[in-house]
Amino acid sequence: MEVVYILWLRQLKRYVRSRSRIVGSLAQPLLFLVALGFGFGPIYARAGGGNYIQFLAPGVIAMGILFTAMFSGIEVLWDRQFGFLKETLVAPVPRLQVMLGRTLGGATVATLQGTIVFLLTLGVGFRPTHVVQLPLAVVMMFLTAVLFTALGTAVAAVLEDMQGFQLIMNLLVMPLFFLSGALFPLAGLPRAIGLVARIDPLSYGVDGIRGALIGAPHFSLVVDVSVLGVFVAALLAVGSYLFSRMQV
Amino acid sequence: MSIISTEELTKKFGEVTAVDHVSFAVERGEIFAFLGPNGAGKSTTIKLLTTLLTPTSGRMEVAGHDPWRESAAVRRTFGIIFQDPSLDTELTAYENMELHGVLYHVPRASRRSRIEELLTFLELWDRRTSLVKEFSGGMKRRLEIARGLLHHPSILFLDEPTLGLDPQTRNHMWSYLKDLNAREHTTVFFTTHYMDEAERIAQRIAVIDHGRIVAQGSPGELKRQTNTQSLEEAFLALTGKTIREEGATSLDQLRMQGRLWRGR
Ligand SMILES: Nc1ncnc2c1ncn2[C@@H]1O[C@H](COP(=O)(O)OP(=O)(O)OP(=O)(O)O)[C@@H](O)[C@H]1O
Ligand SMILES: [Mg+2]
Repeated sequence: MEVVYILWLRQLKRYVRSRSRIVGSLAQPLLFLVALGFGFGPIYARAGGGNYIQFLAPGVIAMGILFTAMFSGIEVLWDRQFGFLKETLVAPVPRLQVMLGRTLGGATVATLQGTIVFLLTLGVGFRPTHVVQLPLAVVMMFLTAVLFTALGTAVAAVLEDMQGFQLIMNLLVMPLFFLSGALFPLAGLPRAIGLVARIDPLSYGVDGIRGALIGAPHFSLVVDVSVLGVFVAALLAVGSYLFSRMQV
Repeated sequence: MSIISTEELTKKFGEVTAVDHVSFAVERGEIFAFLGPNGAGKSTTIKLLTTLLTPTSGRMEVAGHDPWRESAAVRRTFGIIFQDPSLDTELTAYENMELHGVLYHVPRASRRSRIEELLTFLELWDRRTSLVKEFSGGMKRRLEIARGLLHHPSILFLDEPTLGLDPQTRNHMWSYLKDLNAREHTTVFFTTHYMDEAERIAQRIAVIDHGRIVAQGSPGELKRQTNTQSLEEAFLALTGKTIREEGATSLDQLRMQGRLWRGR
């Protein structure tokens, strides 16, 4: 257990010490909130959707989590490049514990980042309607964070080096985000898009966070938690298997 | 009884055969050196023995287990100092040591005092709260050594441990290791391209070139086999080339610079 803890702590320390990274990674969510929130707000209201910022904010929180979590997972590649990975791979501890420590650490960092984005959304006028459900929102955020950190780790275990990073961003992370219902309601979508959104695990993360913060989830919170849970279990299993087969 | 042994061990990277049908044995409590020029296959052999690579063919055994198939058992038996950097540069020196202590199950009660002892020994205790990214190349190297000595495994793999160290620290480190070897019968397997180091420290030497072992034995035996006066000449006779100190040193400098550029 101490192994999991110290590797978790390592991720946290690295996060807290990289202030420029924290600030830098807030620029994107802020831009989405301001440009999309205020840009599409009037149209969304005219179409009868209500206040777009209310709808968009949970999506942008999920975006912050998605990016931070994937990045934390893919950080394995950095550790390989800069050599630290070897140190953990030859250690006399099960690699499952190494993977768990890293993943929980990355997920905690992503949840913190999501919380900071949440505070930003308050600044642009977002008002959660179910304040008592804030802890539930944090649970949803954390589940989403674990899911994508594990996915990032699994991807990093397969990639040979950092060359593939851009590819993953464009072919995996961006589609996951844009097809998730973070930016638009899932109701009444064209069949094909609706189907894709249903397979996209981020849809359930977004829906869970949104459901907890402003109510009216598209699926239901039970469905959201269950789907996220299944994905988390599967990705942790796959991720730790791939991680355990890593060579240097 | 040998604690490390390989039989026809081979590792190919695509077209390149890095380790080519290598067979050798290291006895328990022995200090054994792998001597060879750049690209000879020294690091690759160590990576194979330390569970980091899967072999292409051949057999190997460390402390009675196969490093690839029974990696967990093998990992419990050794410590390693890598040739390439392996520190977390975003952590402090102390945090790197502590993380290692946890990974290697150094009991919590003795962890702090062991860390203090080793950081003091390598003259880093005053800098324990500095981030490693603020360290010079030599300081990073000293920290790697301190970290590698934190726990007491039965086998120590040292891949060019003295690379980039000043002569004084080199001597310091070797006397510590010889002492450890005498006191705890720690088996030491190290690679080097410093002739004097191999001759002075190792009880037995394997000379490796182009992935093949071209000779092995005690420094005296190697000289006798080749009918030469010094290990330097023996090496020349065996491989057809010299590894001279100057060459090695300027190469070291290049490498250290590469490391500095790459490091964060
Ligand atoms: N991951 C890898 N992929 C492809 N080739 C590799 C890889 N690792 C090593 N090699 C090749 O294997 C050969 C042996 O390399 P190795 O690092 O074992 O040499 P070495 O004896 O440790 O040399 P040095 O003194 O420079 O450290 C070299 O030709 C090297 O290019
Ligand atoms: Mg080497």
